[in-house]
Amino acid sequence: MSVELDVFVGNTTIMDEEVYQLWLDGYTVDDAVAVRMEGGALQVFEASMEVLHSDTMDQFRTFQMCERLLYYPSKLTNQLLFQIPPQKQAMLIERYYEFDSTFAREVLGKKLSKGTKKDLDDISTKTGITLKSCRRQFDNFKRVFKVVEELKGPLVENVQHHFLLSDALARDYAAIVFFANSRFETGKRKLQYLSFQDFAFCAGQLISNWTVGAVDNMMEDMDVDLEKDFLHNLKELKILINDKDMLDQHRNLVCAQLRGKITVFGEMEANFKNLSRALVNIAAKLTHTKDVRDLFIDLVEKFVEPCRSDRWAIGDVRLFLTHYTSTAHSLDSFRYQQIWERYMGVIKSCILKMYHD
Amino acid sequence: MPGKLKAKIVAGRHLPVMDRASDLTDAFVEVKFGNTTFKTDVFPKSLNPQWNSEWFKFEVDDEDLQDEPLQITVLDHDTYSANDAIGKVYIDIDPLLSSEAATVISGWFPIYDTIHGIRGEINVLVKVDLFNDLNRFRQSSCGVRFFCTTSIPLCYRAVVVHGFVEELVVNEDPEYQWIDRIRTPRASNEARQRLISLMSGELQRKIGLKVLEMGGNAVVGYLQCFDLEGESGLVVRAIGTACTLEKLSGGGATNNAQHTANSSPSKDMKESPKACMSGCRSSHSSPVHGAASRLAQSFSVSYPTLLFSGMGSGGSAGKEAGPLKILLRQQTQTALEQREFPFFTLTSFPQGFLLHVAGVVSARSVKLLDRIHNPDEPETRDAWWEELRQEIKSHARALGCHAVVGYSESTSICEEVCILSASGTAAVLNCRFLQDGCLDVLSEHRCDDSAPPGCGFCHVPYDELNMPFPAQLSPCCCCHRTKVPDVLFTTIDLPTDAQVTGKGCLIQARLCRLKKKSQGEGNATCISNLLPFLEYELHTQLLNKLKLCGMNALFGLCIQISVGENMLVGLASATGVYLSALPSPGGIQIAGKTPNDLTYDQHVSSIQRKINDTIVKNRELYEIHITEVAEDVIGSPIPEPRQRSRLFRSHSESSDELSELDLSHGKKDAFVLEIDDTDAVEDLHSLLTDAPTPPGFYSCNTEIMPGIYNWTSAIQMFTSVRVFRLNNANLTNLGLNKIFNELCENLLKSLYFKLRSMVPCCLCRLNFTVAVPEDELIQVAVTAVAMSFHKDQTQEANKAAQAHSQMKAIAETEEQLQFPLELNAESASPLSPKGSGPQDGSNSHGRAPSVDYSSFADRCSSWIEQLRLRAHTIRRGSIKTSSSPLPEGRSRSLRSTRSFPGSSVSVVKMTPLSFIPGAKIVKYLGIINMFFIRETTSLREEGGVSGFLHAFIAEVFAMVRAHVAALGGNAVVSYSMKECVFMENPNKNQAQCLINVSGDAVIFTRESDQEGHLPQTSHPQPTEDTPP
Repeated sequence: MSVELDVFVGNTTIMDEEVYQLWLDGYTVDDAVAVRMEGGALQVFEASMEVLHSDTMDQFRTFQMCERLLYYPSKLTNQLLFQIPPQKQAMLIERYYEFDSTFAREVLGKKLSKGTKKDLDDISTKTGITLKSCRRQFDNFKRVFKVVEELKGPLVENVQHHFLLSDALARDYAAIVFFANSRFETGKRKLQYLSFQDFAFCAGQLISNWTVGAVDNMMEDMDVDLEKDFLHNLKELKILINDKDMLDQHRNLVCAQLRGKITVFGEMEANFKNLSRALVNIAAKLTHTKDVRDLFIDLVEKFVEPCRSDRWAIGDVRLFLTHYTSTAHSLDSFRYQQIWERYMGVIKSCILKMYHD
Repeated sequence: MPGKLKAKIVAGRHLPVMDRASDLTDAFVEVKFGNTTFKTDVFPKSLNPQWNSEWFKFEVDDEDLQDEPLQITVLDHDTYSANDAIGKVYIDIDPLLSSEAATVISGWFPIYDTIHGIRGEINVLVKVDLFNDLNRFRQSSCGVRFFCTTSIPLCYRAVVVHGFVEELVVNEDPEYQWIDRIRTPRASNEARQRLISLMSGELQRKIGLKVLEMGGNAVVGYLQCFDLEGESGLVVRAIGTACTLEKLSGGGATNNAQHTANSSPSKDMKESPKACMSGCRSSHSSPVHGAASRLAQSFSVSYPTLLFSGMGSGGSAGKEAGPLKILLRQQTQTALEQREFPFFTLTSFPQGFLLHVAGVVSARSVKLLDRIHNPDEPETRDAWWEELRQEIKSHARALGCHAVVGYSESTSICEEVCILSASGTAAVLNCRFLQDGCLDVLSEHRCDDSAPPGCGFCHVPYDELNMPFPAQLSPCCCCHRTKVPDVLFTTIDLPTDAQVTGKGCLIQARLCRLKKKSQGEGNATCISNLLPFLEYELHTQLLNKLKLCGMNALFGLCIQISVGENMLVGLASATGVYLSALPSPGGIQIAGKTPNDLTYDQHVSSIQRKINDTIVKNRELYEIHITEVAEDVIGSPIPEPRQRSRLFRSHSESSDELSELDLSHGKKDAFVLEIDDTDAVEDLHSLLTDAPTPPGFYSCNTEIMPGIYNWTSAIQMFTSVRVFRLNNANLTNLGLNKIFNELCENLLKSLYFKLRSMVPCCLCRLNFTVAVPEDELIQVAVTAVAMSFHKDQTQEANKAAQAHSQMKAIAETEEQLQFPLELNAESASPLSPKGSGPQDGSNSHGRAPSVDYSSFADRCSSWIEQLRLRAHTIRRGSIKTSSSPLPEGRSRSLRSTRSFPGSSVSVVKMTPLSFIPGAKIVKYLGIINMFFIRETTSLREEGGVSGFLHAFIAEVFAMVRAHVAALGGNAVVSYSMKECVFMENPNKNQAQCLINVSGDAVIFTRESDQEGHLPQTSHPQPTEDTPP
């Protein structure tokens, strides 16, 4: 004796947010029932396990049928199959595209291809996120990437427009797309301490300052790639380290500003040339795609780590970078103020974000 | 050439990818009506084509306009091979043929394919230019309106109610034609869908013609059904009530029904040529009889069943009809008498229309299906139904009634055996209405009619001395003037002016009976032998459960008997209520056969106690607070074992065998259950295993739930289907019953759980259908609507008078004065209820105390609190009286502003009820009657049977909504799923399902919520249909 068929269809589609989350998290029906039972669903209404099972099955089926529509959320809003109130639709979409930052951190900067998809097994074991959920998140990244990759105009807005996501989530997706496109190295052991949010912040900085769309809002240009001319011009900054006088002058100016203001003054003074060289060399190398990918590892190795070993406080770093940037303007023969400003603005905020344990 | 149909194909969206290479589609559209076909251009390489076609014009007869659907086919153009069909849309243009309904059909329709389901959408515009045709001999009946609603539609008033109309058409089922062997499943399904669409159109047209002949302009309570007889053909039949309706102008459209829309059937209706005489035409044949008629290729076993409440058996209906009829004649020399079938498919009536209700009359017959040789002359099927209707009519006469209301017909088919069933409620209608046909009568009638409005319909229409059967009559508890039966069963909705104590609840009797597998005649005989027992037991169960709930009347009774290869399944559903006019129901007594055994006695008494406790608990739950009439001991859990028989069937003279059986039952007290008896154990089991509805939930199968008036706007219509496989071959009746009972109970439990966020809420119009699709399968399908209400009953109390439009002013005031003055049985120990019970004076208080449902558990525990509550009730009662009844309609309390926020898809509400709470129906756009077939050859890939059916039901909903939206509507009322035939073959990875749905497309407007100070309790978000 068994229930062969069991369906419930409402004119307004009934969706329980809690069950939806369980589905998104990749639970099987049985596991979901177990979780719901632990959550006390049985007490409400003296429901039996059968009832709970039937309800969970129904909803999982509904979500599965909706999934196809969620791939392209605008479809969900004008489909006729399910009558879902707009707030619920928004919830469905937002939740579907939400991701675990631990997962995103693993995938960040990797090519969103089949090869990576095979690694999902490992990521799943490493993060403890179910494989099913990993797949969904990965497919979401890929889908968003594919749609947005070739589009003109601001990245965040494109994501938002095509996937009907909230501003915050759209920004995160923009970061993922940006990282995947430029293939920044994030997997090195030295970078492991950085969280997804750290990188997302940096991506935001890069998108809004270093891409083509950043300077002029020409719609025909893409937001995904860094501006070539700018990167090329960065070479000019080398004068700051190659010209001995300028380097000394720069150091003196910075020291004058910081004297008594930072605890690590001595170390700073001693290390100034190394630090400055590091920062300018990073800039100069950015013309090569390979070096662009190493941007973050370079920043960590060449700047963050030396400072950290000298026990700079974050406040010290901030003061140093602020004055390091601003004093360059006082250098007589330094003509690349604008590029310097554009470069250092991003570098400074990235370093500050990355400067933690 | 009286009509020009114009169609324009605008655009498509979300089309499926038809060309794998390009991931795109080259779509074009064929538009077909009758034999004319137009095509659009191909819109290359797009999943969202913009055809923006010219207007395709079809010049057609209006006869065709009524019969044919507009058929739109979307195809993918292929240069080298045949074009692939993407899917189809059938549009019924009937709503455009009436000036009062829709004027244009415009909107997005799902493109449907019987194999793949919905595949994208298409935007279509359809218009009709009708020329006036004054030809008297025309074959069309354009302009006759059809309503599924079984009451006078809300924005109309009935000028005349003409009466019963019926028609049936038959055809060969395409699935069984020879050509089906060589065509694809898709072609076969489409042929079937198209044929049924054509047949429904033809049926409507023919019924329309009958209505026009009668002088009417509308059919209300239109019920159309399909009989898939398999080899022997396809029958589409319909019944309805012909009316002349008049649109109400503007204003009080919401509360018109009872105040303005009185109706008066005219007597000058046309007699159908095949009219037969009044009187009992006995169509009942014993099985032996039937076997003889086998010669005529038709095996017919029909046995009469006369179910009614509170009446014993014994007498044969036919015999006693004689004296009664004389009596009847004296009362009513009415137009009704002259009618062939004085039947009404309506279930609720304008005020004053219904005088008395006698009880349920029903008839079934078992037939052997044979091939229909000439589709144009469906005589056999007509004759079968006519036979049954005659039987119903004679049963009604035997009950002293000249009319049958709440009438419906149904079939159950298994292989070549078919059970035809008809049932209704015998009633006496107001003869003044019938004769005068004049509207002013209403006011007159109110003044001089002897029957008080709140209880009149309960009064027995027959004379006490000339009762057609032994029955227990007692004086009416309301007016004390006339006699009432002790229990009343009806198929109609609770009359709007009925005085009810407490709330109602769904009562179901469920029964399975095993049957030997056999063929042909033998099978039919076997079934017809089983049927009476089945029906008798269902009836016993109903009555026991009714008593267990502490109630005394059933409304909306619907008994379904489904036949399968090796079993019969019976399911009776009804809404139990406590009618204030009827005496309080007695208890149920348990008796053992070996009374001297001490442990045994203990066992008996423990069961007895359990039952008594349940009764007390139920009374509390349904807020039935009665003060007993002093001399009556009815309230006692252990009634005197006197002969108070009440539930027996009556049999016609022809079934001798059955009468005998009946007599033996008649000697026993029906409510002394002997637990040694296996039957009784079964009864007991089914009695006590029914779980009570969880707190906050109520359920009923009628339109409205007595005792709940303050609906919010949150409604949720749903369909749930379950199929249960019995793997065990050696099942006993007992085991089978248990399984079936659990199946239904679990289904209900699941519904409650699903809808828990709508609490407090009531599941209204719970419509169960059972089927036995295969050997070991039982299928149960439920469609209902969950409606939230405000739980704050205090607030409601004051508003109730206004809020519930159907509550009559006078009745209300009377009721307000009837609050109980003393404590009664419920607060005292169940063992000594007599001591606390008897108080004279008023016998009921109608409204719920001002406690919310959740606190109710505590409530019964405390004596003091009881007192306080009473005081409260009394106080409130006086407030109520001073506030004076406002018959203004439910409008006042239920207003709420509602806007449909900016989604490109408009919201369409669906409900099986005839109204939408808190809203005003401003226009009826036409009937929705759709038939779909879905088939799959990749069952596993589509998520198994559940996945398949889930998707299909969702698709059906979507298509109904799309059609309503295209007509300009925003809701479907009186929605029902009349057919859901599911077949599977898991081994072949195949399944097929047929669904037929119907309803009325309407436009409703929300009344703005300005004056109504709604309770601050949880009020659902105005924009959300479901609970937040």
